[in-house]
Amino acid sequence: MSLHGIRFILIQNRAGKTRLAKWYMQFDDDEKQKLIEEVHAVVTVRDAKHTNFVEFRNFKIIYRRYAGLYFCICVDVNDNNLAYLEAIHNFVEVLNEYFHNVCELDLVFNFYKVYTVVDEMFLAGEIRETSQTKVLKQLLMLQSLE
Amino acid sequence: TPVIQALWRPRREDYLRPGADTTAIMPAVSKGDGMRGLAVFISDIRNCKSKEAEIKRINKELANIRSKFKGDKALDGYSKKKYVCKLLFIFLLGHDIDFGHMEAVNLLSSNKYTEKQIGYLFISVLVNSNSELIRLINNAIKNDLASRNPTFMCLALHCIANVGSREMGEAFAADIPRILVAGDSMDSVKQSAALCLLRLYKASPDLVPMGEWTARVVHLLNDQHMGVVTAAVSLITCLCKKNPDDFKTCISLAVSRLSRIVSSASTDLQDYTYYFVPAPWLSVKLLRLLQCYPPPEDAAVKGRLVECLETVLNKAQEPPKSKKVQHSNAKNAILFETISLIIHYDSEPNLLVRACNQLGQFLQHRETNLRYLALESMCTLASSEFSHEAVKTHIDTVINALKTERDVSVRQRAADLLYAMCDRSNAKQIVSEMLRYLETADYAIREEIVLKVAILAEKYAVDYSWYVDTILNLIRIAGDYVSEEVWYRVLQIVTNRDDVQGYAAKTVFEALQAPACHENMVKVGGYILGEFGNLIAGDPRSSPPVQFSLLHSKFHLCSVATRALLLSTYIKFINLFPETKATIQGVLRAGSQLRNADVELQQRAVEYLTLSSVASTDVLATVLEEMPPFPERESSILAKLKRKKGPGAASALDDGRRDPSSNDINGGVEPTPSTVSTPSPSADLLGLRAAPPPAAPPASAGAGNLLVDVFDGPAAQPSLGPTPEEAFLRFVCKNNGVLFENQLLQIGVKSEFRQNLGRMYLFYGNKTSVQFQNFSPTVVHPGDLQTHILSAPPALRSQVDGGAQVQQVLNIECLRDFLTPPLLSVRFRYGGAPQALTLKLPVTINKFFQPTEMAAQDFFQRWKQLSLPQQEAQKIFKANHPMDAEVTKAKLLGFGSALLDNVDPNPENFVGAGIIQTKALQVGCLLRLEPNAQAQMYRLTLRTSKESVSRHLCELLAQQF
Repeated sequence: MSLHGIRFILIQNRAGKTRLAKWYMQFDDDEKQKLIEEVHAVVTVRDAKHTNFVEFRNFKIIYRRYAGLYFCICVDVNDNNLAYLEAIHNFVEVLNEYFHNVCELDLVFNFYKVYTVVDEMFLAGEIRETSQTKVLKQLLMLQSLE
Repeated sequence: TPVIQALWRPRREDYLRPGADTTAIMPAVSKGDGMRGLAVFISDIRNCKSKEAEIKRINKELANIRSKFKGDKALDGYSKKKYVCKLLFIFLLGHDIDFGHMEAVNLLSSNKYTEKQIGYLFISVLVNSNSELIRLINNAIKNDLASRNPTFMCLALHCIANVGSREMGEAFAADIPRILVAGDSMDSVKQSAALCLLRLYKASPDLVPMGEWTARVVHLLNDQHMGVVTAAVSLITCLCKKNPDDFKTCISLAVSRLSRIVSSASTDLQDYTYYFVPAPWLSVKLLRLLQCYPPPEDAAVKGRLVECLETVLNKAQEPPKSKKVQHSNAKNAILFETISLIIHYDSEPNLLVRACNQLGQFLQHRETNLRYLALESMCTLASSEFSHEAVKTHIDTVINALKTERDVSVRQRAADLLYAMCDRSNAKQIVSEMLRYLETADYAIREEIVLKVAILAEKYAVDYSWYVDTILNLIRIAGDYVSEEVWYRVLQIVTNRDDVQGYAAKTVFEALQAPACHENMVKVGGYILGEFGNLIAGDPRSSPPVQFSLLHSKFHLCSVATRALLLSTYIKFINLFPETKATIQGVLRAGSQLRNADVELQQRAVEYLTLSSVASTDVLATVLEEMPPFPERESSILAKLKRKKGPGAASALDDGRRDPSSNDINGGVEPTPSTVSTPSPSADLLGLRAAPPPAAPPASAGAGNLLVDVFDGPAAQPSLGPTPEEAFLRFVCKNNGVLFENQLLQIGVKSEFRQNLGRMYLFYGNKTSVQFQNFSPTVVHPGDLQTHILSAPPALRSQVDGGAQVQQVLNIECLRDFLTPPLLSVRFRYGGAPQALTLKLPVTINKFFQPTEMAAQDFFQRWKQLSLPQQEAQKIFKANHPMDAEVTKAKLLGFGSALLDNVDPNPENFVGAGIIQTKALQVGCLLRLEPNAQAQMYRLTLRTSKESVSRHLCELLAQQF
């Protein structure tokens, strides 16, 4: 069983622009860029008939596409695929609620807030909080702070 | 699906087109929200029509920010935050940032959340190990941790968790457990503290010593706040892997927590219910935590857990509470983890079969995800004795998946599963389906399929003509992907089995008739006809000239290596079929051969031509005799397959998924000394040469304690017959026999030694009717002896079937003299219970003896030369066996030295001489054994040039009489 949990979370658009990159392992900048490109190449060629899982180096990517954006989580091969697939959706629903009908632009202009949302829900490569109500309550509280 | 679409506003995508004017439309949140300057800057960047324009705009901004930071006017917090945030944005676009760190650090000590947050974010994303800054950062973190403001505490904890550096660990590892278990910490702080600690533990476990907080962490599993439990389970799962005993109490707590969740109604858990599924992620985490341990010992706990597992399986059969995919995914996430736990325990036949039936339903599900996961999960079920048969019933569905699935990764899982479920009963069907699949298989997985087919064909071959057909089909269908290992192997098997040689020759001859046949076919054909072409030469359709011209018709299309092989076939033909001699000599004599630009071809042509001209028929027949049988050893194909799959992906194939966890358990329960656990033979090999010579073991090591250790696992059986120590001692004077035997397992040894090299065959026999699983014999070298492990044990998926025997070959090289023999560590699971034993391998220094004959005067001269006190070792001991001169002689010869007659004046005495051959040095040895029949005593004297060798040989030999 893995000791490592999530290795990284990526949000990319179809053109390969990164909208969020959250790393839970040490990579140097070149390596990060390589990973970003590889993930994009692997994920964008797949269609709806494919699974939401794809082997990636010695790991696997659990991903889901929302409109033009790919949400990707890299985990160990023996991690629970469906749990992470729904963790993505849970995260997306929180973003949707927080940004009132989220779109890609929200993530661009509010990139620094997206990090806060991520840290509320995922920390140290593990799932930290899964209750949408609790996360949103906390985010609204933070929003109200100066 | 509609849910997904509704979540995003695709129309807004229009604004994302390159060059679109986005300044007019600011996203909703950023409008009323502070940093308008940042939003404008981002819009500007997005409006840049070219990379150059973007760089220009960024440089302008950097200059602006730099001047602001350097200016005389002190910046207020807001501006600082805004500029730091802009720098961060620029960095995230992929540009280097070389200033602003100090301003970011300043933000940390702001008392405004938004400023602090940007400061921490900058630090987390742009970690800088500048020591001066680290001190300041740590200082700010320290203040925030002590602030009692939960928002600030969480920011600080998240920063530590995100950076996770050793420096931060050193500064805070002691504080965080305290925050985690403090009674007055807020829930959100506890959540963050738990995962922060997890991160520090992963990065530097030495900085996080267990303490009185450990017990309290386990009790977080009872916390009222489900979020705290969610975070705490991850921490406990990580900690318990290295300290299973300290955390053992978590088992019952996890079971009762799980039980409460699983049995709750779909709305009981309110916030933690996700699409009518109560706490799916927490359930999965709890199930994974339980996989760190063997089944609960406490019957009540175990009963409760089994009930949970049954409930999950039952719920899978209930109609869904929602049609949404989120509902079924969450529910099935729990189901798959439950099945993993059932497979991990591998002890509840009823649950295993139910799991298999459930997965069987998924094999035909319309969701590709579920079909994929079911195939993957079933692969591990196939290796359980309890569910293997149940898995086999799905063969048709799996074959269908192999043919029809659109996603290659699903087809690959189907191939893995077919491989895993293969046994004697279905091998022919599976192999033929895999061959058929190979014709259309994706290039990416062809080689792997080829290897799998080759392994299955060999493993389950009942008649070898089927095996030959299968391999030739492989070459025909996917010749490019048939590696050397595969076609070498078919040659070995054909060479070793005379019942299949005629068939192989006939089949290969027919295969070569195809107008275009793969070069690998030419190689196999060339080799086989060269050896066994005579077996079909009686048929005029495959008469010698026909065979030759068929092969030679391919010659010019082949690569140099193949042509070289064919030239060897030709010279063999001259021996087999004298009537072809003239034709073949003509071919060899041709300028294209004799003056070939390739040295190898030229040399072969010249030598073969000369050989065929000058050698007599007898000489020719001797030189070109049929190849002797290959030593029967494990094929290298399997090793190759494992290499190909890589460490992570091996799981589906060889049960690697379950190995690590079961090893964890073994490692926890059994006191395995670190020197004995070798993760991989190759790592061990590398380590050995580089390692400093280990301290010489005490002299007694050779005499007593020969049995190193037999771990008494729960089901360890007493050994039969001689103790391992006795068995080991018997091998001092012999090379073959039974090394170990108990009610489960017999280990036989055959070995041969020459100079400083040796080869040892180990035979592992499963004496039971039940399959051994995770069977892994490894060799460890506590001393200077280097042992090359040529091949892994051949059991597929590391299993040894009931009643079966598997073989392992060790190549041994003695680098220098040594005292301690290598150890053989054998681990496997029998009926779910881990078994482990460690034996001394019968490799002792005397195995590298080369007997030396010498005359009496030479002996005495050398005897005198070795007269230093430390060069001599002597023992006077009582006879343990009847004093029979013939037996003694045999033992001394078995020991390895030459026996010298007419040297000792007393004919009752024995005198021997020999040289110990090691790679580094040779040690000359002289020995003298003086029996005293009256007293039933012996006196044994050894003289060698090395003190330790004298003593060691003396001790070894003295125990033989």
